[in-house]
Parts: sequence; C-alpha cells; structure tokens
Amino acid sequence: MRTIKLTLNGTSVSREIEDNRLLVEFLREDMKLTGTKESCGVGVCGACTVLLDGTPISACLALAVHADGRAVTTIEGIADGDRLHPLQESFLRHGGFQCGICTPGQILAAKALLDANPHPTRAEIQHWMMGNLCRCTGYYKIIESIAAAAGAE
Amino acid sequence: MVPFTYLEPASLDEALALLAEHGEDAKLIAGGTGLVNLMKQRLVRPDFVIGLRAIRALAGISEKDGLRIGALATIQSLEVSELVRRHAPLLAEACGHVATVRVRSMATLGGAMAHGDPNLDTPPALIAMDGQIVARTRRGERTIPVDRFFTGYFGTVLERDEIVTELLIPKQPAGSGTAFLKFLPATQDDYATVSVATRIALGADGTIREARVALGAAAMVPVRARMVEAALSGKASDEKTLGDAAPLVVDAIDPIADFRGSAEYKREMAVVHVRRALVEAAAKAKEAR
Repeated sequence: MRTIKLTLNGTSVSREIEDNRLLVEFLREDMKLTGTKESCGVGVCGACTVLLDGTPISACLALAVHADGRAVTTIEGIADGDRLHPLQESFLRHGGFQCGICTPGQILAAKALLDANPHPTRAEIQHWMMGNLCRCTGYYKIIESIAAAAGAE
Repeated sequence: MVPFTYLEPASLDEALALLAEHGEDAKLIAGGTGLVNLMKQRLVRPDFVIGLRAIRALAGISEKDGLRIGALATIQSLEVSELVRRHAPLLAEACGHVATVRVRSMATLGGAMAHGDPNLDTPPALIAMDGQIVARTRRGERTIPVDRFFTGYFGTVLERDEIVTELLIPKQPAGSGTAFLKFLPATQDDYATVSVATRIALGADGTIREARVALGAAAMVPVRARMVEAALSGKASDEKTLGDAAPLVVDAIDPIADFRGSAEYKREMAVVHVRRALVEAAAKAKEAR
C-alpha cells in the first residue's frame, strides 16, 4: 500500500492504493468516476483514454502510482459547470456517437489534439484518432464532430 | 494483475543498486505498455517493479556527434521532435507508425529496446541508422550496436542488473536517403506484417557507397539483411539493380505464420517491401546530393 497525491479534474486528491492498482481501477472503483470505460484491457481500443498532464494515455495500461504528483483529466472534468465542453456540444450536434461506450475516450483524445493543434487538417485528425475504436457509427461523424469543434474555437 | 511491490528510485545510482539487490525478482518499468500487458496476462510475475520515471538522467534529447536520446524519451516526443526530424528522419517516421497516439505517448525508446519484442517498429529504424544502445550496471557502462542487441524472442544481451540509459544515433552519412515501410494489411494500429527500414548513401559518381537494410516482424529478432547490403555496395542505384538485390532478404529472415499472414506470404511481402524501401531511399539520396 502507498499514498498517491494527484490533481484529478482540477481537485487535489490523496488516496491509499495497492502498488499494483491500475489507473482505470483507481478511477472507476476508488474514485467512482465511471465515465472512463474499460473495454479491451490491452491498450488497443481507446475506450479508457484519459489525459495525464494533458497527454492521452490508456488508463488500462497505466499504473495508478504513475499518476502520483500529476494531473489526470477524465470525461467528468471537462465541462464548465453546466456548460458542456465545445467537443461535447459538437459530438451531440453532429451525432458523433451511438451507444456511447467509446465516446469519453474519443472526446478526451480529441481534446488533447485540439489543445496541442487547434486547427488540425482532416488527415491530422484521422492520424491522431486512429486508435480510438467505435463499433457503432463508423468514423465519419466522429471526425466531423472534431473538425466542427476545431472550426468553432 | 499480479501483485508486486513498486519502488521508485530518484537517481540512476539508486536504481542500479535496487536492481543489483533484487535482480531476478525485479522488472524495470518506464511507460509500461509492454510490461503491464505481460503482467496482466501473468506471463511475468516480478516481486518488485522498479519505476524509472523520476530519473532525470534518462530524459532528454541532445545533439552531439549525432543524436543522444535519453532512454525515457517517449515515442510521441521523438515523432514530433525537430532535432530528430532533422538528424534522424527515419526514426521520426518509424515512431509515427507505432500503434496509437496513446501508446506513443506512454512507450519509451529505451523500453522498446529492453522489451525485446521483434515486432516493434523502432529497432529496424535504429539498426538502419547504425544506432547504438548505452547500458549501465554498477560495474560500468557499455555501448552495444542495436543490430547485436537482440538475442531471441523477447531476449536481449542485457544482464539482470543492467539498465538501458541512452540511444546513440551517429551523424548520418552525407548524400544518404532513408525509408521506412510498415506493411499493415489489417488495421493501422497493428504490429507490422513486415516492416523495413533502409538507408542508402550515394558516392559522388552516383553509385551506392553503402546500404543498410533492417526488418521488423520478420524473425525472432529484428534483423539486418547484410546480404542485400553487400550486393548493393558499389552498384548503380537504378530500380533494376535495387530490385535484383531485394530477394536476397529471404536468407536473413525467418517469419512465423500467424493471423497476419503465412510464413510464405511474409517472405514475399518482405521482398516486395525491401525493394520499395530501397527505391524510396535511393530517390531521397539523389535529392540530398
């Protein structure tokens, strides 16, 4: 057991965890932030994408101890009070999801892209988003949602 | 997930002491994309996991007689680094082909070497650039050419108490061009069915002064196709000459049949992609002259 201290969605958090705790387990089970989904569990599908100091990572492959001293952003942390993040608005407006399981990961991956590159080309969006899988919609509306959000900012 | 005790040394000396103490019972972790998957599948069950992330001496990229890349540099940082793009475009290109942005953001170049997985994209790129691996124990430091680093499936020359500290990429020859091709018949984020890294340096008269050909996912280890290199030395760099040398690659590789293709298919694809990579590298070398 050890204590980790991190900034989680803008709030300081201190928690005792097992050394082998995965970040996705810490977020979902210890912090009850179930917006982060675990699907493949081997870092391929992107459903568990969260931001670690602004960088997208697979929470299913990250040790929770590696969040110690750092900032983690999950889907619960990007709206401004009742006002949705522009990407969330854009996914709603452009129908960028169906069942919604992949959506938190899609939106966080897209947020990291737009934070680093506010006006990406369609090819840059595709290269960046390639690892976030969706089994419902196909990808056109996801790419469209991100491109529209980039245009709006 | 297997149980383990996590240790996080603050310095390289401390890490080397911990590794010397726990040796057989410890595994090092950097980005974790390799080790965590192995531990989740219970293929590896270390008593101690030693985290390297706090060791500043292992971070950073600098230019000095070529490039020195700290073992903890992430694949993503290398894909976008101006220094890497200028001095080692082949490495930046290979890094852009690695898995997804999440894996690229977590995985490190030192980890990719120590992991010993023959399917990775960065080892052939480093081999084609005459890259070297710097590794340290408490007894001292040694430098190992990347093409002599891998010994078998997930096997390397690293001793139990040894840590990869740096990757060295020498100044690349004048008038050289490079190419990296990753053959992916299924999905973009997959391991390669076969990957090829090439470098061709042309002499003043336009003939090939020196060629490098390395492959990933083509054998139990990343391999260098020395027969192809030797066949091209001193020859013209036209498509026919390059195409005639490419089939020699089959003697250097030993692909395994899996869902990415039969061994026979991978051998054929290796020839095709070696030819294409040689043609692309030669064209870039001509532009560079």
